[in-house]
Amino acid sequence: MSLMTLAASGNTPSIPAPQIEYGQLSPMLIVFGTAVVGILLEAFLPRRLRHPAQVGVALLGLAGAFAAVLVLAIQGYGGTRSGLLAMGSVALDGPALFLQGVIILASVLAVLSYAERGLDPRIDGVPQDPFTAQAAATPGGEQEQLATRAGFATTEVYPLTLFAVGGMLLFPAANDLLTMFVALEVFSLPLYLLCALARRRRLLSQEAAVKYFLLGSFSSAFFLFGSALLYGYSGSFRLPEIADAISGTAPITPALANTTQNDALLLIGLAMLAVGLLFKVAAVPFHAWTPDVYQGAPTPVTGFMAAATKVAAFGALLRVFYVAFPGVRWDWRPVMWGVAILTMVAGAVLAVTQQDVKRLLAYSSIAHAGFLLTGVIATNRQGIAAVLFYLLAYALVTLGAFAAVTLVRDSRGEATHLSSWAGLGRRSPLLAAVFALFLLSFAGIPLTAGFTGKFAVFQAAAAGGAIPLVIVGVLSSAVAAFFYIRVIVLMFFSDPQPNGPAVVIPSTATATVISVAVAATLVLGLAPQYFLDLASKASMFVR
Amino acid sequence: MSFLLTATCAVPAVGAVVTAALPAGTTEARRRTSRATALGFSVAALVLAAVIAARFSPDGPRYQLTESYSWIRAFGISFSFGVDGIGAVLVLLTAVLVPLVMLASWHDAAPDSGDSVAGTPAPDGSFENNRRTQGFFALILAVEAMVLVSFLATDLFLFYVFFEAMLIPLYFLIGGFGDRAGGPEQARQRSYAAVKFLLYNLLGGLVMLAAVIGFYVIARDQNQGTFDLQALTRAIADGKLVIDSSAEKALFLGFFFAFAVKAPLWPLHTWLPNAMGESTAGTAVLITAVVDKVGTFAMLRYCLGLFPNASKFFAPGILVLAVIGILYGALLAVGQKDIKRLIAYASISHFGFIIMGIFAMTSQGQSGATLYMVNHGISTALLMLLAGFLISRRGSRLIADFGGVQKVAPVLAGTFLIGGLATLSLPGLAPFVSEFLVLVGTFTRYPALGIIATLGIVLAALYVLVLYQRTMTGPVKASVSGMPDLKARELLVAAPLIALTIALGVYPKPLTDLVNPAVADTLVQVHRTDPAPVHPVAATPGGVTK
Repeated sequence: MSLMTLAASGNTPSIPAPQIEYGQLSPMLIVFGTAVVGILLEAFLPRRLRHPAQVGVALLGLAGAFAAVLVLAIQGYGGTRSGLLAMGSVALDGPALFLQGVIILASVLAVLSYAERGLDPRIDGVPQDPFTAQAAATPGGEQEQLATRAGFATTEVYPLTLFAVGGMLLFPAANDLLTMFVALEVFSLPLYLLCALARRRRLLSQEAAVKYFLLGSFSSAFFLFGSALLYGYSGSFRLPEIADAISGTAPITPALANTTQNDALLLIGLAMLAVGLLFKVAAVPFHAWTPDVYQGAPTPVTGFMAAATKVAAFGALLRVFYVAFPGVRWDWRPVMWGVAILTMVAGAVLAVTQQDVKRLLAYSSIAHAGFLLTGVIATNRQGIAAVLFYLLAYALVTLGAFAAVTLVRDSRGEATHLSSWAGLGRRSPLLAAVFALFLLSFAGIPLTAGFTGKFAVFQAAAAGGAIPLVIVGVLSSAVAAFFYIRVIVLMFFSDPQPNGPAVVIPSTATATVISVAVAATLVLGLAPQYFLDLASKASMFVR
Repeated sequence: MSFLLTATCAVPAVGAVVTAALPAGTTEARRRTSRATALGFSVAALVLAAVIAARFSPDGPRYQLTESYSWIRAFGISFSFGVDGIGAVLVLLTAVLVPLVMLASWHDAAPDSGDSVAGTPAPDGSFENNRRTQGFFALILAVEAMVLVSFLATDLFLFYVFFEAMLIPLYFLIGGFGDRAGGPEQARQRSYAAVKFLLYNLLGGLVMLAAVIGFYVIARDQNQGTFDLQALTRAIADGKLVIDSSAEKALFLGFFFAFAVKAPLWPLHTWLPNAMGESTAGTAVLITAVVDKVGTFAMLRYCLGLFPNASKFFAPGILVLAVIGILYGALLAVGQKDIKRLIAYASISHFGFIIMGIFAMTSQGQSGATLYMVNHGISTALLMLLAGFLISRRGSRLIADFGGVQKVAPVLAGTFLIGGLATLSLPGLAPFVSEFLVLVGTFTRYPALGIIATLGIVLAALYVLVLYQRTMTGPVKASVSGMPDLKARELLVAAPLIALTIALGVYPKPLTDLVNPAVADTLVQVHRTDPAPVHPVAATPGGVTK
């Protein structure tokens, strides 16, 4: 009573309470809340109940978040309405909402493939999931064996993943650089951990995690330093205010009078920010971590990273370049041209010599980052819409492809070396056909999702005056087609090895993932109109 | 709006799905069911194609029976179909050849027996093995559906999509099915041929994609943001869509590159001998007689229709390449030891004639080129399928392994000879008419090239007759002695083709009537008229100078 009257009468100097729009922030809040619930479950539930409970809670949380996204979309935030939330640090607009939807979809599929326990043979009657029994045990040591035999399972992966998802949802929606940085860290840290948790080949997995962590920290530091320089330039972390400072319409803060409008700060800051973001999208020359991490991480995690991280990072990249830096596009476009060309060419050419399916898909993801960058460079609304659509198509197909990789196994776990995939089309034509469909989609063959996406970004880039980029893109697609075809040849036209791997019949979890991906590949290839409209409506950033 | 064209494309597509979904061919009866199903669908497509040809009136507008359904509005793409005279004859050709190819390949895709590829134990009873028959016939139907869409599409993008997508079923046809006698080395060769085929054509297609995008962007900047062919050609003719000269040349080259790979034009032809040599005779016919026609058809419709000025600019260069192709293909055919590769090189030579006829830009040349597409399809199908029968009897593709066949299998030898004579354009058989028209059409504008190209005919006589002489005449080789003659099924394949060859050789008017208005329209699009006939210098009146 007394407090309220005091505040109302205004006698005490009050700290203004931040205004938080819980309803509009609900997708993120639901995911974070579910993650916290997951931690509590981990602490209090008996071991044998944890797996089903965690999977169920994670899926429920994601479904709730997706429902929230749908509600917001129905309210018009997917196109006509937009708003700034949480005192202007989070944007709610078409691209943010669209990408949040894509990230949640991708996460649902990822959680389903985490939950697969039918692939590894049971040990003492305990089903084994793709994650190590006890992350802290020395690989190959006695304790590991004990943990395995005792039926331990690292069910922390579910809350960890949900935290990562929450960060990813925030990343493309962040409207100021600090929020963006926090989001970056929130989704990166769980990913570093997840990479280290493979059940098989644990040393490789831990090595991948360390590499990813070291390089990722570097790139985060770049991002943070770039933000600081931009603050010096503009006096603000807010993206629209940075844009105002660039166009010279912002008031100058007295404390920063010496540094404001210093172009060196602007350009160096922008470059460092770009390094941080390009690292996350795996663009050349910041791609070196990708093949090692993709290969070492547990395959379901690789699928999750490849799909969701790329979506989130491209969302942030688009927002930064389209909201904060349209005024200096003549400065960043040439550099991004170079990066896009390098990324497309290097991704495609380096993939040609790969001998491991996961590394091959890693290089392919690099090449796709290059194709996506051509859409970013278009600097028009079509470019945004094209990138949004491409990300949707790419994310779903990628998850399907990695889920398919988990099914090809021999006695040592997944058989990812390409030579062991020889003749797979004879042994299990269904899986080989499905994987071939994913590869054809990656290669951009018409009537698949990949083609529609590629056409959309190239078309936008050409409309934005980047014809040479389109030509490089088309030629590197031809190179890329070579290695996708190579895998198809291997599967269908080579003879099976005598002791080659077998395809394990998955449980419904993985089967669902693959079916959804197949359906998406076909629908987005044959009848993409609805989704193109959706992306096109969503292609306006709020300022 | 009728649904005829959609139905024609949909029937084989549905057939492909149905055939693939039939129960696995574990018994001969089940395999027969799947073959008969596929054949039924292809015959249904033939009936629809005949209806198209019957309902098409040569005096009407260029594109008839048009239909249009929205597909991807965001890019201005629609399912638009329409048929012109050139499309109609090629649709007929496709619809006639596919059932015959199926009939000829009746036993080519039986499940592996014990002595399969690489000597590894046959995957007997495996899923893939039991579905070989269905897979083969379903893939043929898929190719047919896609080819028909390419001939009937009046939407540039729709055409592109199917032009490119048909590579995938073809790739599996080449790589997955071939003579399996040769062991691991042959399996490697076949996989190499399939990959080479796919990469060449994919590269061509991707270059075309860049050109399609560039064209769309230019058109949209002038408020013509559509892929509709009729709207685009109208806009170009009315001057509403102006493409500047250098851009037009670049776009033309982008399109032409794709079509020249597919056609194939020298020097982009090298995938064809591999693909035709390693695949089954049926697949080889499908490639050279049906699919490759999409390339030459598209040159005529898209290159000339959309980029008239660039076409005129590049025509002389293309003609030179075409003439080189005619002679090069013929010379290499003379030197081949392998029957199928010989026919492949002969085809390269013939594609040179077709392309020459198109880019000579005279009405005779282009009518001749269109007829040539049909006649080459028929005659090559005849020769290749008979060669396939011959090869399957002996288990070898080498010319040197045969000799004296006409004494043991006179009907086979006789029909083979007719196919050969058609290939060398014997007067009275269909190819003669078209080859003559192409040469005359070229001669009136480019006499020197016309004369050089005539050498191709001489070489054709050489490679065909030498092939016949070495395989069919002479003493009967021991390996050939027990060779059975043509069976009823094989005769059923050969007879319609022979009948067509003779009928169209004697009376080509039904085809020329269909084709001529479309050709005239194409020439109007490129602003070309036939050169006035050159009269011999009239003698001075009075005739005496001294």
